[in-house]
Amino acid sequence: MGTFYEFDVLVMGAGLAGMRAALAAREAGVTVAIITKVHPVRSHSNAAQGGINAALTDRGDQWEEHAFETIKGSDYLGDQDAVEILAREAGADILALEHMGVIFNRNEDGRLGTRRFGGQKRARTFFVSDFTGQAMLHVLYEQILKARLPVFEEWFVTALVKDDEGCCAGVTAFELQTGQFAFIKAKAVIMAAGGVGRVFEPSTNALICTGDGLAIAYRAGAPLMDMEMVQYHPTTLKGKGLLLSEAARGEGAYLLNKNGERFMESYAPNMMELASRDVVSRAEQTEINEGRDVDGCVLLDCRHLGKDVIHDRLSQIFEEAKSFANVDLTREPIPICPGMHYMMGGVKTDVDGRCWALDGSWGGVRGLFAAGEAACVSLHGGNRLGANSLLDTVVFGRRAGRCAGAYVKTRPHPRVSETIVKQEEDAVKAIPARPQTTDTAAAIRHEMGVTMDEGFGVFRHKEGMTLAQRTVAELRNRWTRVAVQDKGRIFNTGLVRALELDFMLDCAETIALGALTRQESRGAHFRTDYLQRDDDRWLRHILIYHDPDGPPRIDFLPVRITQWEPQIRVY
Amino acid sequence: MVTTFRIRRFDPESAAPAPYVQEYVIDTEPSDTILDGLIKIRETVDESLTLRCSCRGAICGSCGMRINGHAALSCKTKIAASTASSTTVRVEPMNNMPVIKDLVTDMTGFWEKVRQVQPWLQPTGVEPEGEYLASPESMSHLTGVMGCIMCGACVSDCAALEVDSRFVGPAALAKAYRFVADPRDGASASRLLALNEPGGMWDCTRCMECIEVCPKGVGAMDRIMTLRANGIDQGVPSTCGSRHAEVFADLIEQKGRLDEPMLAVRTFGLGHVGGLLSFLPMTLRALVRRKLPKAGPFHRPIPGIARIRRLFQRSKETP
Repeated sequence: MGTFYEFDVLVMGAGLAGMRAALAAREAGVTVAIITKVHPVRSHSNAAQGGINAALTDRGDQWEEHAFETIKGSDYLGDQDAVEILAREAGADILALEHMGVIFNRNEDGRLGTRRFGGQKRARTFFVSDFTGQAMLHVLYEQILKARLPVFEEWFVTALVKDDEGCCAGVTAFELQTGQFAFIKAKAVIMAAGGVGRVFEPSTNALICTGDGLAIAYRAGAPLMDMEMVQYHPTTLKGKGLLLSEAARGEGAYLLNKNGERFMESYAPNMMELASRDVVSRAEQTEINEGRDVDGCVLLDCRHLGKDVIHDRLSQIFEEAKSFANVDLTREPIPICPGMHYMMGGVKTDVDGRCWALDGSWGGVRGLFAAGEAACVSLHGGNRLGANSLLDTVVFGRRAGRCAGAYVKTRPHPRVSETIVKQEEDAVKAIPARPQTTDTAAAIRHEMGVTMDEGFGVFRHKEGMTLAQRTVAELRNRWTRVAVQDKGRIFNTGLVRALELDFMLDCAETIALGALTRQESRGAHFRTDYLQRDDDRWLRHILIYHDPDGPPRIDFLPVRITQWEPQIRVY
Repeated sequence: MVTTFRIRRFDPESAAPAPYVQEYVIDTEPSDTILDGLIKIRETVDESLTLRCSCRGAICGSCGMRINGHAALSCKTKIAASTASSTTVRVEPMNNMPVIKDLVTDMTGFWEKVRQVQPWLQPTGVEPEGEYLASPESMSHLTGVMGCIMCGACVSDCAALEVDSRFVGPAALAKAYRFVADPRDGASASRLLALNEPGGMWDCTRCMECIEVCPKGVGAMDRIMTLRANGIDQGVPSTCGSRHAEVFADLIEQKGRLDEPMLAVRTFGLGHVGGLLSFLPMTLRALVRRKLPKAGPFHRPIPGIARIRRLFQRSKETP
């Protein structure tokens, strides 16, 4: 067996949720380490541009309003007890971030300023220019340095290890720089390894967003919930799928079709460009499908905002438009289209990040926690509001970390059979040893991405989804025969990409299964063969359990309603 | 368009590890970035080509490397723009750090230096119940330096680091500036004292490479100059670095031009025999080649010195 490490709590992923969880667990006085396949500041939280929501009462805002708009945004699939926590605790977490050092934009009175974001009537989005995620990520990393928390940087986790009783006991992983395989024992693992963006092609997500955390938890027995809920962001660059922040529309940018019309008038006359993302993406796709497009795109027009606003508040997307689309936002509109952006579904957790039910109402893995995009509490339900994802990471990252810190104090050190770890190491090492074929992981990944985009994009229907599901199953077969050219131990990124593809195929399968199961249109899941939302049958979550010996098992959970009965959703 | 990539590779596991250059010729689109090209090579020609990359949008800082001799983010650099008329691109790993494999460098030293400046907010006094109150002007200028993504480009191309690995370097100093200039931070004085030590803010040679290569416009060298000015304003103990700056200004005020021998003597101080003696070989070579500049009393003020002195006077009156 390889090397061996031991901690009370191990956090997988060093984005905002992971680092916030690690700091909170550490406050409980237990030993904590972070494991991440990239350096923490390379994490995809960087990409969150626009801001972070909070309803502060001293600014005349109400948490109930934020909660309601989040629930309406979710098309009533979000669990209302979880959303209430999100909205109530938001203010304290924003202030904590400010005290840690985040340089939020300020008003003339020296206090933090806000901007408007989609799906919300009030300006309650706190922001750092248009690189809020990056600013928060670097500050949380500063706090990790200050706390001297051990970080396994550039380590790739291959599997969750369970003890003889089936509780979480740590992970197996290897260090990229040396190829050294290790068992990292932990009484609790917090899965905060981000989303699944690269399952789709194109996607706004970074190349590292390969659903590792979801697949690892899923294989260990934790259910994935609402995987059919995949957000397409309304403003992405065609081709590579790079994101242009909602902040542009928050500051007042228009969406125009080929004829120069602000087409949102016919889809969301009240909220216009700032309707929720699923609504705007569908409107854009309709314009494109009906021929009012400019080369497969519609136009985002910032010109009337003026140079000052563009340079001060939209500096990053100004640069981005220039570098990647050769467009000067102050002079011309930029072509954009909907693109895969965010996974509302994920590893099912309770409001404290636990991936098992205290009351036994659903199955899971004791000792496993999840937070951030990898998790599904569920806050975002069928559609996430802009600037709620950063909030999700800090509120539920903190709660998961605190709960894990308390949990491990009640637990003995796990006992693990050595053969499990050895088996995992052998399985990983067998991949580069496969006989060389002409097929490549890159080819399979590309085909999977395009297939998923076609089958599970803005508009879905049974035939298209079934076809895509079948293709994914074929790709899974091809994956088992794919070789890795690089046979070395040191920094074998070919091996990493092969393992990531394996994880992504699991995610693709569950997305397909969830989408085919849900026979209605809700939030981002819009089916042309089931046009209406159907609360009688589908006001419930879809849980998918892995079965190593057969097809996945499907189960359902009712949506938790506290004070907002489902209504017809118009913007 | 056909592009030839000349990539410096390194396989640490080969029988005799040594860097070598490998050429790949691929078809590229005019809109392609260097990263697009590298990924295409990796996916269609040679899977073993190793590099770090993630966001594709110049925000994660993973894909720093040298492109045609200068550090850059490969995802932000267009193939066409970086080669002008020719379609050959030279790609190498970043400089001033060890290479692990191909284009992947070991950034451990980089992060150790960042840690050295204690890069976390150190407020004093009681934490306010709400946010810290601060004027927008006192904070907004910090977003420029907060834009740093720690890609390492400035460190790769830093001329001072090339000759002295103890120098804390531009990225760590820009990070230090971010706290010194933050009105919420209470540790500016001790931070400046620490930066006043050898290896700190005075070791920058002002070659401007860090400004040139920074993909985010952080302007590390400008931040270092502001740190120096803050240090002098706050009365940190004089060092060769701060004396060099002060004597430089003083000599210009006196003579209107630089008196290099006097600059050396006064910077080191007559007491520092070793420091002065170290200049002897260079002085003798300059003498032999008749390039020894005039010094002290032989160096008369330039005509129009009165105007220069008036400028100094005015700058002192209006700080």
